[in-house]
Amino acid sequence: MNLLLASAIAVLIGSGAYLVLRARLFTVLLGLMLVGYGVNLFLLAMGRVRVLVPPIITDAGGPYADPLPQALVLTAIVIGFGMTAFLLALAVRSRSVFGSDHVDGLADSTDSASASDSAAAPPVLVARHAAS
Amino acid sequence: MIATSFSVGVLSSLAPTPIHQAFARDLLVLPVLLPLAAACLSLLTSSILWRRILMLGTTLLLVALSGWLLPMADLGQVLVYRLGNWPVPVAIVLSLDRLAALLLLLTAIVATGSAWAALRGDDQHGPHFHAALLLLIAGVNGAFLTGDLFNLFVSFELLLIASYGLLVFGGTPARVRSGVQYAVLNLVGSSIFLVGIGMLYSVTGTLNLAELSQRVALLDAPSAAFARSGALLLLVVFALKAALVPFSFWLPAAYSAASPPVAALFAILTKVGVYAIVRMSTMVVGTDAAHRANLYGEWLWPMAVATVAFGALAAIGTRSVRRLQSALLIVSVGTMLASMAHGSEEGLSAGLFYLVHSTIAAAAMFLIAGLSEQRDAPRRWTSVLFFVGALSVAGLPPLSGFLGKVLMLQAFPADSRLPVMWTVVLGSSLLAVIALSRRGAALFWGAADAPETSTLTRAREQRRPVPRALLSRVPPTALLLVLAAVTIGAGALSDFTQRTAQQLLAPSQLRSQILDAPGGR
Repeated sequence: MNLLLASAIAVLIGSGAYLVLRARLFTVLLGLMLVGYGVNLFLLAMGRVRVLVPPIITDAGGPYADPLPQALVLTAIVIGFGMTAFLLALAVRSRSVFGSDHVDGLADSTDSASASDSAAAPPVLVARHAAS
Repeated sequence: MIATSFSVGVLSSLAPTPIHQAFARDLLVLPVLLPLAAACLSLLTSSILWRRILMLGTTLLLVALSGWLLPMADLGQVLVYRLGNWPVPVAIVLSLDRLAALLLLLTAIVATGSAWAALRGDDQHGPHFHAALLLLIAGVNGAFLTGDLFNLFVSFELLLIASYGLLVFGGTPARVRSGVQYAVLNLVGSSIFLVGIGMLYSVTGTLNLAELSQRVALLDAPSAAFARSGALLLLVVFALKAALVPFSFWLPAAYSAASPPVAALFAILTKVGVYAIVRMSTMVVGTDAAHRANLYGEWLWPMAVATVAFGALAAIGTRSVRRLQSALLIVSVGTMLASMAHGSEEGLSAGLFYLVHSTIAAAAMFLIAGLSEQRDAPRRWTSVLFFVGALSVAGLPPLSGFLGKVLMLQAFPADSRLPVMWTVVLGSSLLAVIALSRRGAALFWGAADAPETSTLTRAREQRRPVPRALLSRVPPTALLLVLAAVTIGAGALSDFTQRTAQQLLAPSQLRSQILDAPGGR
């Protein structure tokens, strides 16, 4: 059981990390979701995994599952969901602004915050994409 | 001690008595609740006037509230508010010690300046600027007040999601691009945060910081190693927030792309990271147990020095005022953490003093940078502001930055790190002066690279007539006046930071005050 859970966490976080390191926003997003799942399982595992045991301490004693990590995971899932939704919206916006879902958007030759309002230079973009 | 505590605080004429203190304990949830409620209200109204009143009114109210809380906290007793009135280890606690009170006041001041500056028109590119700003303040205040590790995570997420919205607000390509990268980076950071929390919980079985610090001390060797790894993972997350090398490369792009009021407000966000590092390193992995003694310090020192070097070189290398100020923000974070890394009381106190100064100075400077890009801003006034702001950011004599740096150098103990510290502080000041004078000369004397105004800003300025001159000039001036007040009251402030450091470095007292919180059940 523990081995199964540990390897599931490892696979999720490993493949998530790989995807996060890609240059496309969509894969990055998928990667973040996988990492999130892995981390949630990790949190659950940190409260010790017990099967078919209620999260209640009874007067009779006996085994019980730690309810706190479950509450934490629930919160983490909700927060992760909100963040993912926001990032998805941002990615769509970025796609519509730049016409590409590369994480760097359009290559921009100046370092001024406002200079890119005007048309940025497409040839540089092509060169960068060809290189990557 | 009570007599000296009066000198600090906005409403110091109100003598803090035990009755006041009990009252203050019940109001402790307000710095979080107030902006949260105001944010919800501002979502309900569609009138921009009401939203602006809500935003500015809330920030001003927070200045008054935290100014009132500061002398309460200065009595030395930690104020503890137990959410839901559960007994302490079960309840999530909000606790107010001197450090939290100081940072609450600092947040309120910076937020007021930023909110006021946003009235210039930066809040009109979309509907919900005001709500996002208020949510950010709620998150920051929550992070400063909370005494619970998981609640710290929730506060971080609250301020982060508000900051994502604020950063991309206006939607210029530069903002969208840096916003995406900032969001992705911080989502990865949040995952690491959760892993760190999980590791600490699995060996200690608690998330309450006070109880955590008690139990970490009692761990056997293998569990202690596990807890250490968890704590170091948390250091990674906090360093990402505080923009310490090697986690600082996102900051110049993000902060220089944001609109000036937002960048000014973000000056406080790096301090949330610094606060979390200080809190963890004094309370949980502090100096009072052998196998975890000063765990963060040995990592912080090289990171802080590298941060200063990176920031100073970035400052020299840039051609835009906003990027310059972002780089100098990184320098200031590195400088204060280099002073705090040693774990001595004087170093911590001097670092906190410099934190207060550098946050206000950075916020003012971001606003001035925005001012210098406006075509209709009166040149002479802007250049005077830039000059004074540059002096304070670089840490030259008239203003409090100089005092902060002197305090840090004095506080540093004479060991092998001392020459490095002197080089770091003085060298970064020199590079900052060079970079600032180059930028200032180009801005106000040269036509070579005149400030660029975005088409967006220009269109907006043509559309709207001018009650704005006042709006855009007052906030940076006011922030610089606050700095002047800090300089005049430097003695009182450094006494206060000294007491803060004493309190922080006696974690056993903090612990017992939180765990045996009065108030009954």
